[in-house]
Amino acid sequence: MLNISGIHEGFVLDHIQAGMSLQIYHDLKLDKLDCTVAIIKNAKSNKMGKKDIIKVECPVEALDLDILGFIDHNITVNVIKGDTIVEKKILTLPKQVKNVIKCKNPRCVTSIEQELDQIFLLTDEEKEVYRCKYCEEKYVNPNRRRSH
Amino acid sequence: MRHLMSPLDFTVEELDTLLDLAGDIEKNPDKYAHACDGKKLATCFYEPSTRTRLSFEAAMLNLGGSVLGFASADSSSAAKGESISDTIRVISCYADICAMRHPKEGAALVASQKSKIPVINAGDGGHQHPTQTLTDLLTIRSLKGRLNDLTIGLCGDLKFGRTVHSLINALIRYDNVKFVLISPEELRLPDYIREDVLVANGVEFKEMERLEDAMGELDVLYMTRVQRERFFNEEDYVRLKDFYILTKEKMELARPDMLVLHPLPRVNEISVEVDDDPRAAYFKQAQYGVYVRMALILTLLEAAKEDEHA
Repeated sequence: MLNISGIHEGFVLDHIQAGMSLQIYHDLKLDKLDCTVAIIKNAKSNKMGKKDIIKVECPVEALDLDILGFIDHNITVNVIKGDTIVEKKILTLPKQVKNVIKCKNPRCVTSIEQELDQIFLLTDEEKEVYRCKYCEEKYVNPNRRRSH
Repeated sequence: MRHLMSPLDFTVEELDTLLDLAGDIEKNPDKYAHACDGKKLATCFYEPSTRTRLSFEAAMLNLGGSVLGFASADSSSAAKGESISDTIRVISCYADICAMRHPKEGAALVASQKSKIPVINAGDGGHQHPTQTLTDLLTIRSLKGRLNDLTIGLCGDLKFGRTVHSLINALIRYDNVKFVLISPEELRLPDYIREDVLVANGVEFKEMERLEDAMGELDVLYMTRVQRERFFNEEDYVRLKDFYILTKEKMELARPDMLVLHPLPRVNEISVEVDDDPRAAYFKQAQYGVYVRMALILTLLEAAKEDEHA
């Protein structure tokens, strides 16, 4: 059994789909943070069989977790302060994601207009469908999984 | 600031008010002849579209206003690399309202985000062309007297036909509207309209390959052009092309009060011999296009005035 010590202040991201932790590491820009990060891959899980876990030792305001809801809203976010879990955040699909994914429609105005934010709006919560705000091109999250 | 990006921007009630206004303009043009005195419409057309641009210009001139603008990207500052956002900021200083056509999808929305004047989407690539849909709705309502209890035949290229998709989205908001979709296999309505719009909203529809088979049950026949280049092979094109040409013989199968609409330009999909048939409404449709654009300009300028006073 691999042991990684607890953290004093920060986050434990649990129930990450096995194999997804490195993508989340990059999407949350954890590589830019000067803090301790532990990535645990393929941990045993009763619920999921295998799962990944990320532990981040950092001030709780240092991370923007909105994007996590877009990547996979089934991830459990434990907020740690003073060595104990003070909050379990429920992630929801954000209504809008800005500059996370790019519109692939070559006819979309985002392909020519300078400095235009890439904005996708949630149009079908059940099917987790986002559409480009400008041309309505569909984006379905490839990492989509059913809510647990 | 109120803009028009999609035909669904208006609620059914707002649409009723707009179409009522267009109807009043048709009956009493003199009453509106000076409604926009001193106002300017900018027509910013980044790609050529003679009919839509002239229809907008005629609408503003009929209201007593004046027009300025450009008719292609080459003759605009876009050729120098200016962004849409910058262009509309400048146009906002010159005009009171803007109609914009652009080959890129979402271009008018980008403009509306930075504009100080109402922006009307006059077509953004294959995405939306709301004033065509408003024109179609006004034509049907004026000539049939209603937008509910109708069987609408949509014929031709239903796959790539933007006007057809918009019209379906607009008409499903009315009660008891049924669709007969007449197209070759290659040009059937895409799934995202058939499943997500028609099936999802419980709208009655059927699909057919031959126009003759549908004629007898239609209140409105909406024709579009079937282009040779849309077919995968020449054989299918030759086999099917005549099915989608409306002739005098086919009109004999239709009800005496059926309307024939077409967004124009027509190439050969409606034989010229049909033009004299009283049921041929496609040229009247172009006239209704002017009335509905007049109503739209008035409505958006009024809303902008209210914003100013708010």
